[in-house]
Amino acid sequence: MRSRRRLLAWTARRPHLPGYGLLAPGLAWLAVFFVVPILLVAGYSVMRRGIYGGVEVGLTVEHYRRFFEPLYLEVLGRTLLWSLGATVACLVLGYPVALAIARAKRWRQVLLVLVILPFWTSFLVRTFAMIFLLRDTGLVNRALLTLGVIDQPIQLLYTPFAVLVGLVYGFLPLMILPIYASLEKVDDTLLEAAEALGARPRARFFQVILPLSMPGVVAGCLLTFIPALGSFVTSDLLGGAKQVMIGNLIQSQFTTARNWPFGSAAALVVMGLVLAIVVAYLRRPDREALVG
Amino acid sequence: MKVRVVELHRVSKTFANVRAVDTVSFRVDEGEFFSLLGPSGCGKTTTLRLIAGFETPDADGGEVRIAGARVNERRPYERGLGMVFQSYALFPHRDVERNVGFGLEQRGTPRNEIPSRVAKALELVRLDPATFTKRMPAQLSGGERQRVALARALVLEPRILLLDEPLGALDLKLRKQMQLELKALNRSLGITFVYVTHDQEEALAMSDRIAVMDHARIAQLGNPAEIYENPRTAFVASFIGDSNFFEGEVERANADAVMVTRATTRFLVPGDSNVPGGATVRIAVRPEWMDLFAVGAVPEGENSVVGTVAEVIYLGETIHVLLARDDGEPLKVALRNEGQLANPIGWRRGARVAAAWRPEDCQVLAEDP
Repeated sequence: MRSRRRLLAWTARRPHLPGYGLLAPGLAWLAVFFVVPILLVAGYSVMRRGIYGGVEVGLTVEHYRRFFEPLYLEVLGRTLLWSLGATVACLVLGYPVALAIARAKRWRQVLLVLVILPFWTSFLVRTFAMIFLLRDTGLVNRALLTLGVIDQPIQLLYTPFAVLVGLVYGFLPLMILPIYASLEKVDDTLLEAAEALGARPRARFFQVILPLSMPGVVAGCLLTFIPALGSFVTSDLLGGAKQVMIGNLIQSQFTTARNWPFGSAAALVVMGLVLAIVVAYLRRPDREALVG
Repeated sequence: MKVRVVELHRVSKTFANVRAVDTVSFRVDEGEFFSLLGPSGCGKTTTLRLIAGFETPDADGGEVRIAGARVNERRPYERGLGMVFQSYALFPHRDVERNVGFGLEQRGTPRNEIPSRVAKALELVRLDPATFTKRMPAQLSGGERQRVALARALVLEPRILLLDEPLGALDLKLRKQMQLELKALNRSLGITFVYVTHDQEEALAMSDRIAVMDHARIAQLGNPAEIYENPRTAFVASFIGDSNFFEGEVERANADAVMVTRATTRFLVPGDSNVPGGATVRIAVRPEWMDLFAVGAVPEGENSVVGTVAEVIYLGETIHVLLARDDGEPLKVALRNEGQLANPIGWRRGARVAAAWRPEDCQVLAEDP
C-alpha cells in the first residue's frame, strides 16, 4: 500500500513520463537498428581485416590513414563535386516547377501526383531505363541523328554527364516537394502588399517569394545532396567502372574487396562529413530570420 | 473647387458568373474620409480592390479614374496608392525598418535617406523608432503590426490610402483609439482615405461620407447623418442601427401629411414623402425616437402602437424596452437612462403600454433593389 502511494507520488512529480512511454517503441527501434549497427561499423573500422572478409581482433587506425591517400581523396572529391552538381541542377530545375505547382490552383493535386509518380517504381528499374535513353543507339542519340544535329552517336552513357543526369532524375522530386511546401504557405496578400508598395514582378520574387521559401530550399538541398553523396547504383549503372563514387567504393569493400574495416572507416568519414555539412547549413546566422 | 481623386463610373466586376460589383458609381473628393460599408459578400472589398488595381473591371464594366485619368489597365504600383490590408500583410522575414522601408527601396530612394524617413513614418503612427525598428513582425502585438502596416503605406506619401477592414482584428478599446488616430491622420496629412468596413458604428464615427453596399450595389450614399437619420431602404435602416418597421397602404396624401393605414392603426407620415395614394409603403422608425406612454395618454398628433412589455434590457447609457405588438410583431424602444436608482422607469414585464413617435420621425422606405 505504502509503496504504491510512493510510486504514485513519484509519477505525479514527473508529468512527462507518459510521453516517454509513447516514445519507447520508436526509441527501441532506433537503438536496435540504428545505434547498434553504427557502433558495429565504428568497431570494425578500428579492427584488422580478416583474410576471407569479416574482421580480426586488433586495434589500428591504419584504415583511416589509408582513406586519406590521394587515390581515395580523389573519389571523395569527385563524389562531392557530382553531388553538389546534382543538387544545384535539381534546384535550378525544381524551383520553377515547385513555383508553378504552388501557383496552379486547379491542377495542383494532379501535378503533385505526377511529381511523386516515379516513386511508384523501383529506383533500380528507372536507372536501367536511363541506359536505354542514353546509350549510343538510345532515344537521345537517335533523335539527334534524325534531326541532323550530329552525324555520329555521341558518347553519353558511362560519362560523368550520365551520372549527373541519373542523379538529377532520381532526386528531383525530393527537391520539388519541400520547396513546394514552403511556397504554398506564402500568403498571396504579401505579394499584393509588395505590388502596392511598388515592387515589380522581379522584385516580388527576389525580395518576398524567394526569402520566404528558403526553409524549403534548405530542406530540398539537404534531401538531394545527402542521398546523392551516398548513392552507388546510379554511378555503377550509368558511370561505368571508371567513374567510381564513394558509395561504390564502400560497397565494393564489403563485397568484392572483402575489406570490411576499410569500408567501415570510409563510411564513418563520409557520415562525419555529412553531419558537419548539415550542422553548418542549419546553423547559418540568417536562419533565425528565415524561419522566424 | 473639389478635386475628384477617385471616381468609379458604372463599374462592374464578375467572377465566374457572379456579379461581385454591379454598375457602381461614386466619386471621392480630395482629403475626404470615404467609407464602403456593408455586410460580408456585399462587394465592398472587391470595389476597393478595383480602385487598388488588384482587380480590373469587366470588359464592358465601366471606368475607374484616379485624379481624372482612366486607370483600368494600370498595375497597382502605377496608381500611386497606399494600401493597408486586414491581415496587415507584413513581410515576416523583414524587421520593422525593412518592412516600412520596402516601398522606398523599390523607388530607389538613396540608402542613407531610408532610416530617417522610416523613423518619421513610425513616429506618425506613434511607434517609438528606437524600440521598434529592429523588431520582427512576429514580435509585435496586433495593434503594433497594424501601426507598422500603416507606416509602411504612409512612408511613400500617397495621395490616396485604401484601407481594407484594418481594425477588424483588434479588440474594442484599441479599435476605438485607432479610429480616432486614423481620422486625425486623414485630417493632418490631407490624404484621401477610402475605408472598407462592416462595422456601422466605425463608419459613422470616422467617415465624411459613406456608401452603404448591398448585393453588389450601392444602397445609399451620403454623410453619416443622412444615412442614419434618413435611410432610404429597409436594408440600410436595419443594417445601420436598429429600426422598427411598419407596412401599410397609403390612404390619402396631401401637402402636409400622408395617412398610412394598416388594419386598425393609422400613421401620419411627413407630407414631402413622395408616395401616391393606394401604394403599399414600408416605414422605419428608430427605437430612440420612440417614447412610452400609458395607453390612452399618447400626446395629440403623434403616431402610436399598443403592445405588451416583453423585456426590459438595462444597457447603462440606454434602456431597451422590447414590446410584443398586438399584431404579434416585435418592437424595440430605446429610452435614455435617467438613473434607475433615483428615478426608475415605470414599465415592467407584462405591462400594457403605448409606443409613440412624431410623424416627422418616420422614414418612408423605397423598395430594396
